Parts: sequence; C-alpha cells; structure tokens
Amino acid sequence: MSTVQYLFAGFGGQGILFSGKFLAYKGLMDGKNVSWLPSYGPEMRGGTASCSVIVSDTPVGSPIVSRPDVLIAMNLPSLDKYEDAVVPGGTIYVDSTLIERKVKRTDVKVVYIPATRLASDNKTPTLANMIIMGKVLSEEGQFADEAGVEAALKKVISAKRADMLEVNMNVMRLGHEYKA
Amino acid sequence: MVVFDKPHALTDVPLHYCPGCTHGIVHRLVAEVMDELGIEGRTIGVAPVGCSVMAYDYFNCDMVEAAHGRAPAVATGIKRSDPDNIVFTYQGDGDLASIGMAETVHSAARNENITIIFINNAIYGMTGGQMAPTSLPGQVTQTSPYGRDTAQCGFPIKVCEMLSQLDGPEYLERVAVNNVKNVKNAKKAIKKAFENQVNGKGFSLIEVISSCPTNWGMTPKRALEWIDEKMIPYYPLGVYKDRSAGK
Amino acid sequence: MADKVLMKGNEAIAEAAILAGCRHYFGYPITPQTEIAAYMAKRMPKIGGTFLQAESEIAAINMVYGVSATGKRVMTSSSSPGISLKGEGISYLAGADLPALVVNVQRGGPGLGGIQPSQSDYFQATKGGAHGDFHMLVLAPASVQEMAELTVKGFDLADKYRMTAMILADGTMGQMMEPVSLDFAAGEPVEKPWAVTGTKMARPHNIVNSLFLKPEALEKTNFERFERYERIKETEVMYEEYMMEDAEICVVAFGIASRVSKNAINEARAQGIKVGLIRPITLWPFPEKAIAKAAEKCKKFISVELSMGQMIEDVRLAVNGKAPVTLCNRTGGMIPAPEQVLAAITDAAK
Repeated sequence: MSTVQYLFAGFGGQGILFSGKFLAYKGLMDGKNVSWLPSYGPEMRGGTASCSVIVSDTPVGSPIVSRPDVLIAMNLPSLDKYEDAVVPGGTIYVDSTLIERKVKRTDVKVVYIPATRLASDNKTPTLANMIIMGKVLSEEGQFADEAGVEAALKKVISAKRADMLEVNMNVMRLGHEYKA
Repeated sequence: MVVFDKPHALTDVPLHYCPGCTHGIVHRLVAEVMDELGIEGRTIGVAPVGCSVMAYDYFNCDMVEAAHGRAPAVATGIKRSDPDNIVFTYQGDGDLASIGMAETVHSAARNENITIIFINNAIYGMTGGQMAPTSLPGQVTQTSPYGRDTAQCGFPIKVCEMLSQLDGPEYLERVAVNNVKNVKNAKKAIKKAFENQVNGKGFSLIEVISSCPTNWGMTPKRALEWIDEKMIPYYPLGVYKDRSAGK
Repeated sequence: MADKVLMKGNEAIAEAAILAGCRHYFGYPITPQTEIAAYMAKRMPKIGGTFLQAESEIAAINMVYGVSATGKRVMTSSSSPGISLKGEGISYLAGADLPALVVNVQRGGPGLGGIQPSQSDYFQATKGGAHGDFHMLVLAPASVQEMAELTVKGFDLADKYRMTAMILADGTMGQMMEPVSLDFAAGEPVEKPWAVTGTKMARPHNIVNSLFLKPEALEKTNFERFERYERIKETEVMYEEYMMEDAEICVVAFGIASRVSKNAINEARAQGIKVGLIRPITLWPFPEKAIAKAAEKCKKFISVELSMGQMIEDVRLAVNGKAPVTLCNRTGGMIPAPEQVLAAITDAAK
C-alpha cells in the first residue's frame, strides 16, 4: 500500500496545473486512485500557483496536500513557502535556473535541474514544467514504460494539438536524460 | 347584424378590477388578438405581481404567474423551451420599469421573441396607490403625498424612448385606451406585436397608457380625460421602433 | 465498466446534467463554479440545447422557472452570494411545485466573503433558503464521481417530488479533478400533465402559480407539501457509514470535510481509537435516524465543518442529549487539516 502526495508550485503560466494533470492521468492509467486539486483565484495570473496531486493504491481521502512527499518547486517563493512542509525522507525538485539558493533541509532528497535553461536551449521555453516532469518520472522509475508515459500524455493534449505530443515527449526525455 | 361576443380566449371568471379600470379593455384586446390569429392553443401568458397578477384566471390559454418584475425572464425560459409557442407577458409600470428593469432591458437587448403588454398607469395599483417609476412630476400618490418631487426622487422613465436606443428590439409602440379611436389603435398595435412573434421577428413591446381612477382619486370619466391632459403630453403616443417598417 | 476520465467536479456536474436530459442552462459568472457555465456554453449549442448567460442570478433562476413550467429539465448554478440572489426564485419554484436543479459551489461568506471553499450555506440550503414554508432536497457530494451521480439523482428526485434539488458542493469539489465514470442513464421520464405547453384547444388551461390569497387555500397547499416532505424523509435519506461498527466516537461530516475526516479517522484507528464517520449525503432530509442510532452506543460526537458550526445543530437534535457534540471547524475559506480533526478525536478519546 502506497500513497504519494505531490505538490507542484510556481508562477502562474509555468504549466503547473498541466504537469499535475498529466501525472494524475499517468496514475489513473496505472490503475491507481488519483486526485488533482488546483489553487484557484486571482493568484492564478502571476503570483504563485500550486496544484495538489495524490496517487494512491487506496481511495484518496482529502485531496489537499499539506505535507507533500514530493515538492516540485519552480520558483523561489514556492520553495520558501513549502520547503518545510515536505515530509522527512521526501523529495524536492528544484528548477535551479530560477532558484539560486540551495535547499536547507538535510532530511530530504533534493534534485536540482536547470529546467528553464534546458527548455530555453531546446527552443521550447514554455516547457520547463515537462522537463522537470521527465526528471520526476525518471527518478521514480516511471520512465521505463515510455509507452505508458506517451499514453498518459495523449490524455492531456487535445487531438487538435497532436503536434505537441512529440514535442512534450522529447522535452520529457531531456529531463529523463539530464545528469547533474 | 353584429353580435358583440366575448372572445374565446377570455374565461368566464368575473374580473376583479375596479370600476373604470382599463385592464378589462386591454385583456379583451389581447384575447381578441389570440382569437383572430388562432393562437390560443399554443399561447402561454405570464402575469407577474401587480393588479393583473390574477390574469391567469382570465385568459383561457396556459398561464404562469411570475415574481415581481421577472416576467420577461420567465417568458424567456418558456420561449426557449418551446420556440413554436407564443409567449406574452402582461406587466404594470412598477413591475416592468422599476423592480424588473434589468429583465426588461435585457430581454429587449436579446431581441427575445416574446410580446410584452406594458400597462402604464403611473401608479402602483395593487398595493394601494404608491408612486411608480412612471408617476408624473408633481403627481400626488401615497408615497409622494406632496407631489412627486423630481429633485428628491428623480424623473419618470419613458420606457419606449429608452428601449428605442437599443439595437435589439423589433417593435416598440405606445398607445392609449382612453377613447374609441385610441382603443382601435391599441388593438392594431397589440395584434402586430403578436404577429411579429408568430413571424419570428422578435421582441415587441406595447406600452398602454391606462387609467387608475381608484388610486388617482378620480371618477372613471375624469381619469380618461386626465390621460389626454397629463399623461399623453408626457408620454407621446406613437411608434418608437419598428425594424421592419417600410420593408 | 466504461473508461474513467479525469474531470473537474464542476465539469462532471455539467456533463451529468446533459446525460440526465437537461437541455436548458441559465447562469451568471461567479467563482468558483464558472466551469459549469463554460462547459454548458460549449456543449449546449451542439446538442440543440439552450445556454444563456442571464443578466443576473435573479433573471437566471426565473428563466429556470419558465422552462420548468413547460415541463422540461432545467438547471442553474452559482456560488454563495449568487444563491442568495436566487432565493426569491427558489421560493417561487417551491410555491408553484416546480422541479429544478440548483447547484451551489460554496465559497466563504457572509457578504462578498471570499472565493475559497466553504460550507457556510448549510442553514440557507437545509432550512429553506428563502421566505415561506418549504424545503429543498439538498445533496452533498464528496467526490467528483458523486458530483455527477447526485446531479442525475437530483433531477430524478426533483421531478418525482416536484421540488428544487440543490447540489451543495464547495470550491474544492468544484475545482478538483478525479477519475469519473459517466456510465449512467437518467431515470424514466416523469409525466407532467400540469406543464404549460399550450392547451392545443384540447384541455382546460394549465396555471402555474404560487399565489393563494385565501389563507385556507394557502394553508392547504403547505400541508400537502409537508406531507410530501414526510414521505421524502422516510424514503430518500442517504448517508455513508465508515468504520462505525464498533465506534465509540462518531465524527459527522459531509463533502470535503468528510474526506479530511477519513484521513484523521484512519490515523486515529492506527492509534487504537475506536472512531467512525457518518457522512450525510442528503443534508435535507438529514440522516437523523442513523445519528440517533449511533447515539445509542457512541459516547461522543464531533461535527466537522467548514463553517462556524451549522450542521452541528441538526447533529445535536438527532443525538438528543444522549452524548456531547463538539465542533471541529475552520471557516472563511479555510479547510480543517487532518491533524486538527485528529486532535479533536484524541481529545474526545481522553
């Protein structure tokens, strides 16, 4: 029995909700119980946006993630706000292009990835979120099943934007292959 | 030989209106139009709060009573549900031009394919004679006992003039029912307002300048004269908008 | 089983309404329920339905009144301040015995309040919600799946009993996504001989009306309506019991509060505390018998709410003095954390 609680946090417009939705679909297609809960309101434009995703073998109780197992921090205010909330032994993913400081916690695993720079170098500047996503899947051993990743991606990319499927797969591979 | 008969679209229920009230005339005109157009069987009337709230007992077509001011919204729902049916509202001045102004303006702006019969008698009748949004400057009512003071409570609302500024409505006309000639004109206008709906043309509103002898504190005859002397000069009769005129 | 899709609670309500045969939606934008209107705006024109953004909440509920009078399924949705505006129309629907579905995705109040989740419209929803002697059927979903299922159920119940069914959700339920299966059909269509569809010159005219100037007549309609309510109380109560078999402490919570409570209960059970949950699914009719039965053996009750304590009054009435009932709450858009509920449970266990 396992439950993983993810908290995605960053600026509005960084694709926080999208990558959360992708991960929820991935869980759903793996036969897990899932929930996805966005922050909503004026802070959705600029400011901090966040998104709670729970992937569990058992029915999801509260969909609100206040003690994440996994924090994906895409800007400094998000790391400042949520670093202490991560459970001991949890993981923090840091977009090290936008967050210059190091994580202070010593009881968590930390993965630094310059996602925004990698995205920019790849000429896909809006897809830093999916580069980190690739890294998350990679660290969790979920990238082994690449067909499963692609199937979940298909669920969140509308048929009209089919061209974006390959683009997203490629940037996720970038994250997957990135070595610090 | 002409036999004066009751229109089929009116029931046999005796009207509760005061002696000299012109609601009865307008009811009859609406009913005659339903008969002449053969639409009674597919007409739904909406009567909101006001003296005419019990119109549901007087018209033979299906009827809906509505909350104060909300008849155009209720009519919108009915019409959108069954566009082939004919839907009319029968509203007073407090209802249409005060509490229901938003519903009036927006149903006109949408060119909702409904017919509105708007009774303007410059007073709240049902509640016993309070100042209406159409009460004339200086008019004495229960809530303007010293006469309507425009400095304190503003000016009457000229509904047809106001709505004529909108792109939406199809047809707006102001008529009166204080003499035979005016009643005949009113009948023509009401008929056209229903025909517009039958032909899918859209929002038609007929403002009927009416009398309220009881709350005006006049005899019925004096009240009809007062319409000529005071009401019509402030609310000129005529067509304010007719999109299909001359076409 | 049909494939599950991830959907927001608000979208699940909209799609379920369409599956239930609703082809008329009227609304006005307000956070956090606007996805319902947006979904309807997209879908209704493609299936020959009506989506209309009304000039106000008041107009929207009266458009609902108009469609309902013609006998068709119709709905509106809003959030707390907008529901207050709809109160007038809801009362008229009750007075005219018209069925309708009204969705309230609650936010904090009073006044303009906030936009974060709340359950502080409990009184408004369950005690009538506007002037006069009446009730609404009040359904409280606790998952996206239930947002869909209770929408369909709401339409069926509304038609069956000729009254308004309200989905009382909150911002969390509206905004969250969960897997949902939309593999259900609406119940049998209900005959509505009272509807205003035009007499076709073949029957006496129908009148939809809530005006009864003779007090004897009005009293009669109210008595009849409340006899119907008694039947509903006997047959339509819905609730979920969770770990209640041996429970000594009973948590009562609905919607999002029930989910937070389940986390806390799991934790407390791990500590050896015998605690369970009664989750009302219908808030009106309230599961008073289930709670009264629990009061025979439970020593303490905790009402967990996103309000200053509203449902707790109904819990106390049902417990009827047999055990103490305490409140565990947050308000104003805040949600109790599982730790807070756990603390209330461990307190009660002392």
